Amino acid sequence: MPEWLEYVHDRYAYWAIVFLMIIGLYGMLFKNNLHKKVVGMIIFQNSMILLFVTAAFKWDATVPVRDAEIDVNVVGNYLNPLPHTLMLTAIVVGVAIVGVAFALLIKIYDNYGTIEEDELLEKLQSPAPEDDDSEDSFPSKGGSV
Amino acid sequence: MNHIPVLIPMVLLLGSMFAVFGRRSQENYLPFLIALGAMGLSAVFSIIGMVYSVTEGPIHYHLGGWQPPMGIELILDPLAAFFCLMITLVATVVLLHGEERVRIEVGDRIPAYYSSALMLVGGLTGIVLTGDLFNLYVFLEISSLASYALLATGRKPAAVSAFRYLILGTIGASLYLLGIGFLFMEVGSLNMSELAVMIPEVPVTAGLSAAAVLIVIGIGLKMALFPLHGWLPDAYTFASSPATTLVAPIGTKVAAYVLIRVFLFLFALDFMKEGIHLTTIVGWMGAAGVIWGSVMAITQRDMKRMLAYSSVAQVGYIALGIGLANPLGLIGAVLHAFAHCFMKACLFMVQTNFLHRLGHYDISRLDHRTRVAMPWTCAALVVASLSMIGLPPTIGFFSKWYLVLGCVEEGAWIFLAVLLLSTLLNAVYFFRVLEKVYLRSDGKAYDEGDIEADQATPSCEVGARMLYPTLVLAGSLLVLGFANAWIVAHFLQPMFPVW
Repeated sequence: MPEWLEYVHDRYAYWAIVFLMIIGLYGMLFKNNLHKKVVGMIIFQNSMILLFVTAAFKWDATVPVRDAEIDVNVVGNYLNPLPHTLMLTAIVVGVAIVGVAFALLIKIYDNYGTIEEDELLEKLQSPAPEDDDSEDSFPSKGGSV
Repeated sequence: MNHIPVLIPMVLLLGSMFAVFGRRSQENYLPFLIALGAMGLSAVFSIIGMVYSVTEGPIHYHLGGWQPPMGIELILDPLAAFFCLMITLVATVVLLHGEERVRIEVGDRIPAYYSSALMLVGGLTGIVLTGDLFNLYVFLEISSLASYALLATGRKPAAVSAFRYLILGTIGASLYLLGIGFLFMEVGSLNMSELAVMIPEVPVTAGLSAAAVLIVIGIGLKMALFPLHGWLPDAYTFASSPATTLVAPIGTKVAAYVLIRVFLFLFALDFMKEGIHLTTIVGWMGAAGVIWGSVMAITQRDMKRMLAYSSVAQVGYIALGIGLANPLGLIGAVLHAFAHCFMKACLFMVQTNFLHRLGHYDISRLDHRTRVAMPWTCAALVVASLSMIGLPPTIGFFSKWYLVLGCVEEGAWIFLAVLLLSTLLNAVYFFRVLEKVYLRSDGKAYDEGDIEADQATPSCEVGARMLYPTLVLAGSLLVLGFANAWIVAHFLQPMFPVW
């Protein structure tokens, strides 16, 4: 096997993660539909989680539950549980953010009737006549948070 | 006494849980009272912690009794206590001031508003106190979530600008997470004090440099460091006034504080300075932000938008101080974070008062009758503006003075020129407002007719509940200015044991 191929082969999990990250970033930054941006965000966050989990992996190691027959003092015998527990928290954080993102999307759709970014920008730059007053008087009836 | 570090954020987060219940009504005062009580209590704990940490030394609190490498550690040292006190005090004053506006602008979603406000402040105090990098990420996201929700209140476009902030903020947080992932792989710990010992001993690899760069970019996005500030002007302009007043002064400052801690305590400063030149890059980004933010602020006719761009510039000052990477520059950076917190809160309050009584905050529509109608609000505007420009004896002068001294010591003449130029630009955009309020629009001298007209103008000063918080913050700018030597000697200098 040529050297470069070996380099790729040894780290194939990381290449997949980098690929996911790029897809996620692309979706977040360049997609026109706001819903697709959220999908990109989910992919991006999950690629971070996969990175931590992959980095914690060891060949020939067992789950981090103490077994009398396996020596605890040899580091290679057990997986490191810390990254997995950290990622549990990160998943929760990610879910919360996606929830807020969808709540905002619903509000944007209620206000403007679209979630396409170019149409939104058009409506933001040339506000409809009734929006001119909203400069001074704020919407006080519901649907604000 | 040893439970103080955990009590400060916990009171706020618990309050946030209780404030969300209750009737959705404009007449529901319970969430406001819960929020006020929790913030007041947390401010009291900060004061106790501050006194204790100054006299007895820092408190190290191990959550759940787990020792540091395994468990999460909270550290209350004098600086952290001081920051906590600043956050909770400013938030309490802003909450008192905003109560009336919240009922008008947020409507019947009052429980959700106060719950988010408490979550924001709880997250920010957590960021200041934590000694664990991953815990910092969690608190960072808690406070960010709350600020997305808060900044989505208000006018129609607020939801769009808050969504944009959410996307960029999440990229920032994810990059920060990626950075600590690299750090964990290279060094094998997430405890800050342990990392500070271990990082100088491990060989400098690409992974370590990548970790430093990713953490700085991630935090830079959260603190709106130029050119990563794209989300800030829109988010602050379109949000409801009380929400902006709450988020703008403390949100980006705490991110700046994290950046200072990353540079100072986590990575060896030499590595950041000579190894990968990150301090220089941050300094230049800050300098560019100072000029860009000030120039953009001059071109705005909307006072709120002007203040938002001015926030970009002020964050630039802090980054510039970090970029100097010498004790005076860093003291200047931290002191400027304090100063800006009070100044910006005061200015946004003045803007809210204008909105409340005049129904607009359009600079071109302000005139000298405004000063007659709202004398005290305009007086607060003068004090805060002078502090933003940097005139003694306000705190804004002293923080800039330390930055200038840092520039001279480092021989960074371009940064010095940037500081002086930006002071002039600040003077331009604040005197533009002051001129409208205090001078006649045609430039002629005041005559008898004007005085009579002034006397005929009815006073429409805001009520005591909005006026006193504004005046208290304006007064605090002067008090802090006089107390600056005491603050630096007791809270900032002990933070730099290296020098």
